[in-house]
Amino acid sequence: MNDLIASNKRRTFFLLTGFIVITVLVGMAVGVLIGNGATGTIIALVFSAVFAFGSYWKSDSVALAVSRAVPADPIEFRRLHNLVEGLCIASGLPKPRVFVIRDDAPNAFATGRNPKHAAIAVTTGLLEKMNRVELEGVVAHELSHIKNYDILVSTLAVTLVGTIALITDITIRMMWWNGGRVSRGNDRRDSTNPLAFVGIALLILAPILAKIMQAAVSRRRETLADVSACKMTRYPPGLISALEKLQADSTVTHSASMATAHMWIEQPMSGVNDAGRLGMWHKLFNTHPPLAERIALLREI
Amino acid sequence: MNILVVVVVVAAVLLALVLLYNSLVGRRNEVDNAWSQIDVQLKRRLDLIPNLVETVKGYAAHEKATFDAVIQARNSAIGATSSPMAQAAADSAVTGALRQLFALSEAYPDLKANQGFVSLQEELSNTESRIAYARQFYGDAVLSYNTAIQKFPGSLVASSFKFTQREYFEAEDAARTTPEVKF
Repeated sequence: MNDLIASNKRRTFFLLTGFIVITVLVGMAVGVLIGNGATGTIIALVFSAVFAFGSYWKSDSVALAVSRAVPADPIEFRRLHNLVEGLCIASGLPKPRVFVIRDDAPNAFATGRNPKHAAIAVTTGLLEKMNRVELEGVVAHELSHIKNYDILVSTLAVTLVGTIALITDITIRMMWWNGGRVSRGNDRRDSTNPLAFVGIALLILAPILAKIMQAAVSRRRETLADVSACKMTRYPPGLISALEKLQADSTVTHSASMATAHMWIEQPMSGVNDAGRLGMWHKLFNTHPPLAERIALLREI
Repeated sequence: MNILVVVVVVAAVLLALVLLYNSLVGRRNEVDNAWSQIDVQLKRRLDLIPNLVETVKGYAAHEKATFDAVIQARNSAIGATSSPMAQAAADSAVTGALRQLFALSEAYPDLKANQGFVSLQEELSNTESRIAYARQFYGDAVLSYNTAIQKFPGSLVASSFKFTQREYFEAEDAARTTPEVKF
């Protein structure tokens, strides 16, 4: 189990490095197209730094607001509060803020930047459909995300993906419209600049690549959280049966959006639940491993 | 040149020792912290008992033997602070006595309907599950600490700086056997 955790950490490190490399490459491509390499790179880096910094402080409140989460009332949701408190004692974490989302689909997510500034949110559907041990498994999965700092990694990942997409988008638009003058000037000077083609190709490919990498980071982390959740509850059957219930349930989480898809315990979008038979191509973009795979892995513990 | 090599080697060894020592201190503090988590919950439980006994007395005054057993178990648990093992034994005695008390309450419908009694009962079972969670955390901490001071380079540092093994929060075998239930 510790091997799994270590290898996950390594992969996440490589993937984050990859993000930074892509950002720099995009910056260089922008530079080549506009005519000034250094400026483009610097702009890209400053952009991502600003975004990363901003999301470091504010991402949790944004994520909670987007999902329409409200603080869980300590009396109405006493069972949930008790459960979270107990598991926090067992894992030595401070108690995160607890939120509920009024949504019939069973789902949950964790957010924040470190264990001291963390929050977990569950839907009312989850509270209704899960029994105590299953709920415990799900909450432990979310607490593991907090303990392993996945909440920070995924926030950074989503921000970097967003930045890359934004920069490439702006540049491509600029080339169509007011950028025309710039490129004509370039044409006169060196009309055979091969770098320009590479640059355009990069701009088109970068967002796709970044998305694939985001999904890969997320999939790794989901598996890791499943395993450490079982370590926390000492009862794998709880989480297994919770995941089976999620698999059987086909309600779409309305409170989730594409942007927050990777945060939830189960991929909230429709069309994913016919999983297991997803093609290679589809698999690349999934933020979660298929539930069947996750259940099979837990059975081995 | 040779002197340089010697200096570098000595510095490296010293650094390794310092790092090892610090990590052992960290683990030991985690054990202490985990222990205080258990302790808080144990105290909380003992604090709830007098109230509970008072409430039950109002309905079943003649069940003196059961009350006495609970109070006695509580008092000896307050006294038992010598070691985690002693505390665990005292704690399981309290659990047994409380179980008797709750079994007794089944015979008094009025008592079971008492709001104060219901909330005390809930509070107690909550505290008990928290003790179980805290115990798990403590067990993990002790395991990693004990392993660290027994493994090779760590064991040298541990023995020269008096890092001693910690006990688990477990009652001895005699106290751990489930009490017999008679109908």
